[in-house]
Amino acid sequence: MLDKRVDSLTAAVEGVEDGSTVLIGGFGNSGIPVELVHALLEQGARDLTLVTNNAGSRESDVAALLRERRVRKIICSYPRSKGSVWFERLYKAGELELQLVPQGTLSERMRAAGAGLGGFFTPTGADSLLSEGKEVRMIGGRRHVFEEPLPGDVALVKADRADRWGNLVYHSAARNYGPTMAAAAALTVVQVRQLVELGELDPECVVTPGVYVDRVVEVEPEFVP
Amino acid sequence: MSVQRLSRGQMAHRLAQDIPDGSYVNLGIGLPTLVGNHVPAGREIIYHSENGILGLGPAPLPGEEDPELINAGKELVTLLPGAAYIHHTDSFMIMRGGHLDVSVLGAFQVSATGDLANWATLDEDFPPAVGGAMDLAVGAKRVLVLTTHTSSDGRPKLLERCTYPLTAAGVVDRVYTDLAVLDVTPEGLLVREVVDGLTPQGLQELTQARLSFADDLQVLRPGA
Repeated sequence: MLDKRVDSLTAAVEGVEDGSTVLIGGFGNSGIPVELVHALLEQGARDLTLVTNNAGSRESDVAALLRERRVRKIICSYPRSKGSVWFERLYKAGELELQLVPQGTLSERMRAAGAGLGGFFTPTGADSLLSEGKEVRMIGGRRHVFEEPLPGDVALVKADRADRWGNLVYHSAARNYGPTMAAAAALTVVQVRQLVELGELDPECVVTPGVYVDRVVEVEPEFVP
Repeated sequence: MSVQRLSRGQMAHRLAQDIPDGSYVNLGIGLPTLVGNHVPAGREIIYHSENGILGLGPAPLPGEEDPELINAGKELVTLLPGAAYIHHTDSFMIMRGGHLDVSVLGAFQVSATGDLANWATLDEDFPPAVGGAMDLAVGAKRVLVLTTHTSSDGRPKLLERCTYPLTAAGVVDRVYTDLAVLDVTPEGLLVREVVDGLTPQGLQELTQARLSFADDLQVLRPGA
């Protein structure tokens, strides 16, 4: 029997190793798997490379991982935002490596990893500082920069509902990076508001099929963004 | 003669007149967001938000907020009937792939050849952030810039060449400022409209790029 349900947050993040690359879903306060990130903090893995849209705010989730010095490097599109005090503090002190990536390129690099592709050429950023050191090629009369795939060892994703096969549906704009990150990691862990029986999710409406998902855990979110 | 610069709302109003009925539009964070308040009644515009929404509606009424339903500026929003959620990779496919009719962006600088600088200054103390700026600049069918004509300390923003790091090269179609409306043409910046009381020479003095002026140069009138 295929059963991806785990019964605790501790079990959900078991086995995440030091030095892992961890993809963390969310945009602003929407779709962040807060409880899974806090479980990872408890679990203790360090020397992590995080891939996220934002670098956390105040003391919660991603910011807490930074504050506790669990993160060596962050691959991020918009790290500086309201309340991103721990990012700014560590970045200015030289204690955190930053790889800045245009947002669509960040997402597409993870898609490429999940799709088994060796990268892609994109016009985004081809004329900017962010293409320095990368191959640039004229395609259709326009400059394109080569971008490599970005796979994760682990993805932490928040969805709304899942069944035991790991099929997922999301809630409103919290969907954001979830479907892409789920496919891009070796171990994809999903927190959901509700686990449902097989067959309850309309096959026409499943957003992320369970083939990309390894573990699902039901969490009553304590954190309301 | 004193020159009356357009207010932020008047700038947004002028740009909004040029958004056609039935367009798919992305409004950048900040000043461009105001454009949504000024589109003429009767035009149906489908707004895109980079985090994954097509068919963005207005801010929610009290008690109807969904904390995870936000726009690119992380403000609470609603959906219009007919809206769709899209995941992030598809949302940027819409942007980069030429599926948006109009992208409205702010700017630190625009060059005579349509280069755009709007993501970074040369301030080393300020940690960088880029977000969707580069994707919005390269992909839309029309890229419109909404910005003050000069910076807050009075320096020109329309230059022969940008001095700040580029967002994208040769992408801007038209610039709407508080003093003028300018098209980016193969011959450089062509002024279409200028505010009342400002001579072509007066506008040129506030602009580092060399300007040319349309034969049918119009007065840029403050709207509502």
